[in-house]
Parts: sequence; C-alpha cells; structure tokens
Amino acid sequence: MKQQTYHIGDRVFKTTTMVFALFILVLVFLMGYEMVHGSELSLKQFGWKFLYTGTWDPVADEYGARPFIFGTLVSSFLALILALPLSIGVAIFLSELAPRWLERPISFLVELLAAIPSIVYGLWGIFVLVPWLRITVEPFLLAHADFLPFFRGVPYGYGMLAAGIILAIMILPIISSISRDILRAIPTSQREAALALGATKWESTMIVLADGKSGLLGATLLGLGRAVGETMAVTMVIGNRPEISFSLLDPGYSMASVIANEFAEATSSMYTSALIEIALILFVLTIILNGIARLIVWSITRKFKTP
Amino acid sequence: MTSLSILSVAIAVIPLFLIFFYSLAQGVSSLNVDFFIHMPKPVGETGGGMANALVGTAILIGLGCLFGLPVSIFAGIYLAEYGNNTLGQTVRFFTDVLSGVPSIVVGVVAYILVVIPMKQFSALAGGVALAILMIPTATRTTEEMIRLVPQSFREAALALGIPQWKATLKVILPTALKGITTGVLLAIARAAGETAPLLFTALGNRFWSTDLGHPIASLTVFIYDYAKAPFEDWNRQAWGAAFILILLIFIINITFRFATRGRYAENKN
Repeated sequence: MKQQTYHIGDRVFKTTTMVFALFILVLVFLMGYEMVHGSELSLKQFGWKFLYTGTWDPVADEYGARPFIFGTLVSSFLALILALPLSIGVAIFLSELAPRWLERPISFLVELLAAIPSIVYGLWGIFVLVPWLRITVEPFLLAHADFLPFFRGVPYGYGMLAAGIILAIMILPIISSISRDILRAIPTSQREAALALGATKWESTMIVLADGKSGLLGATLLGLGRAVGETMAVTMVIGNRPEISFSLLDPGYSMASVIANEFAEATSSMYTSALIEIALILFVLTIILNGIARLIVWSITRKFKTP
Repeated sequence: MTSLSILSVAIAVIPLFLIFFYSLAQGVSSLNVDFFIHMPKPVGETGGGMANALVGTAILIGLGCLFGLPVSIFAGIYLAEYGNNTLGQTVRFFTDVLSGVPSIVVGVVAYILVVIPMKQFSALAGGVALAILMIPTATRTTEEMIRLVPQSFREAALALGIPQWKATLKVILPTALKGITTGVLLAIARAAGETAPLLFTALGNRFWSTDLGHPIASLTVFIYDYAKAPFEDWNRQAWGAAFILILLIFIINITFRFATRGRYAENKN
C-alpha cells in the first residue's frame, strides 16, 4: 500500500544538502588531523617536554612552548578579570534595568564593538593604549604599587598589561551579550517571587544572577576561548619576548603571536613543525573551552525554555 | 548599585567611540582619491595608495565566497528543513565549534592544505582560509533565515503538488533570500577584517597582482605592515585604511540589523 509518493528529486536534494552539512563535520576533523600530521616531527622529537620546556631556539632547532602557553594564559586570565565584572554589569543593565527603547541601541553598540577587527584594536593599542600606559599608568603603578610582584620593572608600555587590557575590551561584548541572553531566559516569575517576598530590586537581581550562574560560567568560558585565540591585537602590543615574568609590566609572548610572527619565515621543517604543534595546542584548547561553554549555554537556555 | 551597572555600560561603550573617532581623526588626512587608486610608493617616499590592497581583499573575499558559500547555504538548508535530528544537532554543534577556532589556526590549516602542495603562497590559500572562517557564520544565519519563513508557505506549496525539493528551492529560498544575503554580508564583514590567516597564506604583495596562484596584497595586511613601520606617513595611511575597514564593517552590520529587525520582532515569544 503506497503511503506517499517519493519523488526522486526529494531524495537527491536531501542527500545533497546532507553531504554539505556533513562536510562541516569532516572539515573540523580534517583540520585536527592535518595539524597532528604536520606537527609529527616536533611531537616525535620533543613529546610532552614541549609543553614545559622554555627554550625557543630556531638556530639549534630546540623548541619548547612554555613561555607562550604562559603568555596566552596570563593575558587571557587578566582580560577575564578585567572584563568579567564589567560584562556582568552591562548584562544586568541590559536585561534588568534598561527600558526597551534604550536596551536595543545599547545592545547594538556592544555588538558593534565585537565587530571591530583585531587589527584595528592592535593599531589603536600601539598608538593610543601603549603610550598612555607608558606615560601615565605604569609609572603610577611603579610608584605606588610595586610592593606587589606584578608591578615591577621598566614602563615600556608594551607588555602583558597592554595585552590584557586590549583583550578585555575585545571579549567584553561576547560575555555581556551571552550573559544578557542567559539572564533574559530566566523566567520573570523568579524576580516576581523575590520581590513579593520583600526583596529589593538589587536583591532580586542577585537571585536571578545566582540562578543563571552556570550560564554565566558558559559565557565566561566562551570569552576565555576568544581571548586565547586572539592574534593581531595581542601581537602588536605584547612585546614579543619569549620569556616568563611575573610582572605585568614586562613583555611577553603568546601562542598565537609566535605563530603570526614566525610562521612565514620558519626555515627548517622542525621549526615549522614546532609552530604547527603550537597551533594544535591552541586548536585543542579552544575546542575544549568552546565545547564545554556551548554545552552549558545550550542546556541552560533549554532548561528555561521548557515551561 | 544601579549606578555601578550604568558605569560599566559607559566603560564598555566608550572604547567603541574612542576607536571609531580616533581612526577617523587620524586617518582622514590620508583619505583622498589618490589613496584609493594609486599603488604604494617605495619605502621612504610619502604618498601612495592602497589600490592593490583593496583589489586584493576583494579577490580574497570573492574566493572565500566561492569556496565557502555553497557549503554554508546548502548546509543551512539541510539544517533548517531536515535538521531536527541528532545529525542536525551534531552539525550545529560542530559549526559552533568551528566558529570558535582561532583564525590563526585556520591559517595554519590553509597553509598545510594549499601552500605546501602548491609550494608557494597564493591568493587561493588565502581564499580557502577565509572560506573556512566564513562557513560557520553563513551557515547559522542561512538556517535561521530559512526557519523564519512561515510554515504556511511550505504547506501551501506542498498542497499545490510541488515536490518538496522544488518547494524549498523555488518558494522557500527566494523568500529567505534577503535575509540570507545580509547574513552572507555579515560573514563577509568578518572575513574582510581577518589578518592573521593571511600572513602566511596570501602573504602580501607590494605590487599590483590579481594572479590567484601568487601572493596578493590585502587591506588588513596593509594596515599591519604600515602600522609597524617607522614612517609617520605610513602610520597615517594605516589609520586611513583602518577607518575604511571599520566603516565598511559597520555599514554591513547596521544593514544586517535593519534587515532583520522586523523579522525578529515578529518571532519573539
């Protein structure tokens, strides 16, 4: 008994579109495979040592990624420390406090901030942020805060602090727009219940924040993921010195920066292979961060959508 | 406490205006017709333009669209029409993951896939890198735009006896086309601003070149090179180019906002 007529065109069309959809899956795995294959030389030569040795010597073909991993992590976490409070503040404003007519334009402005290319941030960093740091901020910190090990050294302007600040500006839009969506997804009944029990507007906001905390964690991880992979803005202000230092005023080097600076001129195959291995580390790191973040954000918004 | 919240918004939004107006102020002095139609002058001479960089970026984006848009649009159609299953969810997840991969890593992959076999840097490699970067954005917006087409369109088409594949191609897709186009523009805006992947795929070129098999100049690498240079004239030109880039990206983003504002308002529930 024929239930439906299967048009052959339907089959072909569905299969064709499915092939293209699958291509995206294949692409991600292909990327991983090619990077593992490309870094084979370096993986075989250095193994796990690559992650914790600090020599980066293209002449002797000795490579260790420790300064770059350190640089990436420190600049990203610094950015997170600076951006997170501001982002939550913006998210609270946009989801709780702002009237409709104000919320849309401000949200849009924040999204425009996300659309500015990295290179322009870098340009602005070189000509505006770094001089400001060198002339005003860092001497101030050196004069008043140098009991802390983070603020020692010479005020170059370029360095970890500049990188952290630029990254903070760059990840703020992501964290705040996702946080805003998370907070919006929490049903108004929560706020109403709190207010009905006598809470102030601020206390009810705190409760809503607590409800959305795993979602906010997801937003934070996404911001961290972006900060870790940011290349041009960081390269232009971080100072590009492959050494570890605890002072934020000192230059550093991030994983993305070393690839950007040295890849086009990598002379030996071991050099190229070491750089590809750094790219692989970045790839895995961002996949983990983004994967966890997306899973959290998805499950949160789904949880609040079902009545 | 409210004031703290408002203060954070102010701090968040100030850099936007700072950057935009600063680049305008710095770059406007180098914005003249010459800037757009002349080639860069030799090192040390003032003046010159970025004609090769503009054309290069256009070519690279064209290649990116050529390689990336078919994938995005068809994948977006699949996800919207047939994608309410585990496979669809998996593809969506991996698309999101792909959008989070740093652009420098995408550049390394393009290097391995294109530059190494070709044994030279080329516009093609740059185009491949940009295509990979465009795919996640374009796929997601295509899917959303197709989903926004009311179900009644599909039902009406099927009720008239049109096969489903034809209904999708000739009824649904044209209806969603405006939204898809603006979504594609958004992906183009992202690709136009990318620098890192181009540094070792398309490399850069101080001369006029439209040859796809050789290195090619681009707006972003132009900004990078001129920003690092010790010549003030070059720095000014970098700001001019940066202003043009931001302007282009802002216009595209604002267009996208306007085009989708009405539709999203309808569907908000």
